[in-house]
Amino acid sequence: MNLIDDRAKEISRANSMLEVASWASYRYATYNHSAVTRIVEAAAKRGEALARELAEAAVEETGFGVVEHKVIKNLGCSRELLDRYTGFDFATPVVDPHSKTVSIPKPAGVVLGITPSTNPVATVYAKALMALMARCSIIISPHPFAKKVCARAAHELNAAAVEAGAPDGVIQVVEEPSIPLIEHLMKSDKVDLIVATGGSEVVRSAYSSSNPAYGVGPGNVPVVVDASANLKDAARRIVDSKSFDNSILCTNESVLIVERRVAEKLKAELARAGAHLCSETESEALRDLLFPRGQFDTRFVGKDARSIAKAASIRVPPSVRILAAEFGAVFPEEPLCHEKLCPVLGLVVADDFDDAIAKAKAVLRVTGAGHSAALHSSDGDNIATFGAALPVLRVSLNVGNSLGSSGFETNLPPTMTIGTGFLGRSSLGENLRPDHLVHYTTIALNRDPAEVLPDRSHLDRNDMPNGPVPAYPLEGVARPSGMDMRPSVAVPRPGASDPGEVALRAQIRQLVLEELAEMMKG
Amino acid sequence: MTSIQDASVGDEDLDFGYFRFASKAEMLEKSKSYWNPDKTQFWSDSGIPLVVDRREEYFLYDITGKRLIDVHLNGGTYNLGHRNPEVVAAIKAAMTHFDIGNHHFPALARTALAEQLVATATPGMSKVIYGSGGGEAIDIALKTARNATKRSGIVSIVKAYHGHTGLALQTGDDRFSRIFLSERSDDFIQVPFNDIAAMEQALASGGVAAVIMETIPATYGFPLPEPGYLEAVKSLCDRHGTLYIADEVQTGLMRTGELWGITKHGIDPDIIVTGKGLSGGMYPISAVIVNERSSGWLGQDGFAHMSTFGGAEVGCIAAMVTLDICSRPSTRLAVHHAADVIGHGLRRIQASYPDWLTGIRQNGLVIGLEFNHPEGAKYVMKHLYANGVWAIFSTLDPRVLQYKPGLLVSPALVEELLDRTALAIGRSRDEAARSKGVRS
Ligand SMILES: Cc1ncc(COP(=O)(O)O)c(C=O)c1O
Repeated sequence: MNLIDDRAKEISRANSMLEVASWASYRYATYNHSAVTRIVEAAAKRGEALARELAEAAVEETGFGVVEHKVIKNLGCSRELLDRYTGFDFATPVVDPHSKTVSIPKPAGVVLGITPSTNPVATVYAKALMALMARCSIIISPHPFAKKVCARAAHELNAAAVEAGAPDGVIQVVEEPSIPLIEHLMKSDKVDLIVATGGSEVVRSAYSSSNPAYGVGPGNVPVVVDASANLKDAARRIVDSKSFDNSILCTNESVLIVERRVAEKLKAELARAGAHLCSETESEALRDLLFPRGQFDTRFVGKDARSIAKAASIRVPPSVRILAAEFGAVFPEEPLCHEKLCPVLGLVVADDFDDAIAKAKAVLRVTGAGHSAALHSSDGDNIATFGAALPVLRVSLNVGNSLGSSGFETNLPPTMTIGTGFLGRSSLGENLRPDHLVHYTTIALNRDPAEVLPDRSHLDRNDMPNGPVPAYPLEGVARPSGMDMRPSVAVPRPGASDPGEVALRAQIRQLVLEELAEMMKG
Repeated sequence: MTSIQDASVGDEDLDFGYFRFASKAEMLEKSKSYWNPDKTQFWSDSGIPLVVDRREEYFLYDITGKRLIDVHLNGGTYNLGHRNPEVVAAIKAAMTHFDIGNHHFPALARTALAEQLVATATPGMSKVIYGSGGGEAIDIALKTARNATKRSGIVSIVKAYHGHTGLALQTGDDRFSRIFLSERSDDFIQVPFNDIAAMEQALASGGVAAVIMETIPATYGFPLPEPGYLEAVKSLCDRHGTLYIADEVQTGLMRTGELWGITKHGIDPDIIVTGKGLSGGMYPISAVIVNERSSGWLGQDGFAHMSTFGGAEVGCIAAMVTLDICSRPSTRLAVHHAADVIGHGLRRIQASYPDWLTGIRQNGLVIGLEFNHPEGAKYVMKHLYANGVWAIFSTLDPRVLQYKPGLLVSPALVEELLDRTALAIGRSRDEAARSKGVRS
């Protein structure tokens, strides 16, 4: 007989994490820029060092994606994120004598970061490092499917940050996610901001939690190639991007729309770049395989092009990286114009550029409004028209969208959290940046010229009122020799793999697949 | 039930279903008639007309609705907050199956808790004996030491406080024994705290079964042991074949940032006594954790000490949950932060009133505030009360205020507490100065 109320147990686990997060954020919020820089650097370097190991672990645990591509993302969200924000200061007050204001950064506090199974490590890296840059503490709630690798990533970054002087627990992770625990975290008034990346369901519940939240909507990226484009470059970029991480990202291209005038040439270039252009019967076979009864079969999430071709009895050469399936009308009942989390690209021929825009908009009506679109063009007029017409908040121009809209091959802010804005039912319209986790107190002086700001050296001070967290134990007490007295939040343990655990994983896998299927329907 | 909303009417109708009073005044009258007239009057006279009604987290509410931050916590009884939801849930669940239990038989929950206490105690511990209160546990500890050593002498500290039961009373101040014509017998020796020479002399006689020590004497105002003192006492005990009993009733259960305060001194005592906070302030239980050397009588005659309620099984389950919460790394970390921030805050306050707040004694969240007046802490207590904080003076040294914030205080509550404390300390200083108490 078990007397324990499981729900109560989960809530108490959540509360323990919140206690630690509150103290860590309280302390860390007072660190100055140089201390923060040291800490961010240390954590980013640890992330960089583990990029490959954790990419392998992620593919192994989730069963999707491509190790090499995950390495790229992990490096992007560690080394590159660090480089891109070097010199940025989210901690020091800014004095502007012209506007007669002083802006003093105020970190959000305790951030709850919800991360997906598709980009597990990279998203943990990105959110944790941004939290560190913004002087917040963060609790990572990983997708159950990727919980082990996420826990590992979070523990490692926390350890590196703590070694560099951060309060212990500045980065925490839910090791065993459960519904009551996550619900409690989401609703807790000790959480100051939720940053949710994942399926629509998770994003919607973040928004209905009563806490401030950034959640981002799904993508379904249309890519248009107009007659002015360099077709060879476009084809190569599209194939590279579509095959990236076996197309499980929300940024991978979904439907390619090409102007009729250049369609045949583009197809030839696509084939040269590694696409297999399906015949009508092959497309039909793909549709039947991927969308039995109109619904995406989640067994194919993140699988490579050759194994999907094989399953559909399509003969392809070993060099094939994506399958392109042509269809005519872009309506919701056409399965191929929905998001396909595998390297199958929908292909539509448009009469002209206006028709291409109309078709791209139709793709976004299915899903993905507010997210991204891509354009390959050298026509200034077309570029401007496209940007104005499409209900998206970023357009990747002459670049693959996978790494284009996430800022790794463009100058957009590098991120794993792509704001879909009001168009995509989000309050965040940009790529998530560290400063989204900071608000500013603005001291505004009387405009009367007789009133002048006092000496700025007093105003751009930022001190650490309580100082860094002292070593353990506090003074006045003898320390037993040979005993490690350093408080530690959580000691990472190597995961067990008993039979119960294996069964549980299978069950979770099923749940995740169902959830993904749900996502695809919406 | 009354609540803050109906506080205005509540004063006229204290109806709790099981009992009811017409007003606070009537309740206080009856408290004098039927319970304890002197104690009841004392608090009224001290400017603390508190009748605790609602209690939750670290807050107490007087029946008028007045909210108090509790930093008395009854000596650590409410370490985890009043009616900690985890402990409450455990007790509710336990009550669907368990009751107090039968103290003659081996019992499920009692055995399980004993195993956990031994596992989390200092090295070398072996068995657990239960009581229902601290004093009872102290008596058990002293009897156990006598059995183990075949000696009868007990050494304690002048101004020690180990409770008011038979033997415990004998270890304490005669303020509490004289009135009951129960003054110390010759077996009970007292030596001044921090005086190692006196301790050496007391043990030299050879007839001493045990030295009993609060790791930090609470009721004496938390004077901190001088570096090396407790360690020296322990080695004297070893030399003279005397047992070392650590009274961790107030200093245990993570109060100092370690589960047992004594471990911060690297001492492995022969016996640890715990009570108060052991069951989250929800169900009376206390425990004596003993090493193999002390545990002889449990093998020899297990019926030698009996207590019907000792180790009541519902209490055991409450204690298991409490022990779990207290030993979480997150709790330890929270104590570390809170102790540091509160320590800084108190030193800032001290800098404003150096002639009044003359000393801060701190080990983790065990804090004593020393004021420049023989009864200084009574003034401070009153002004703290007026400003929404409940902390109590030290009975055996009223210069010192006992200031024990909860283990799970939030940063925001710490800031509020420090603000209120600063104000109250300033005001108490003014009042004491008016009554010409401050010597400067
Ligand atoms: C250190 C110490 N030991 C023992 C006791 C006695 O506990 P109880 O009041 O539960 O008998 C107390 C009570 O205040 C105490 O502070």
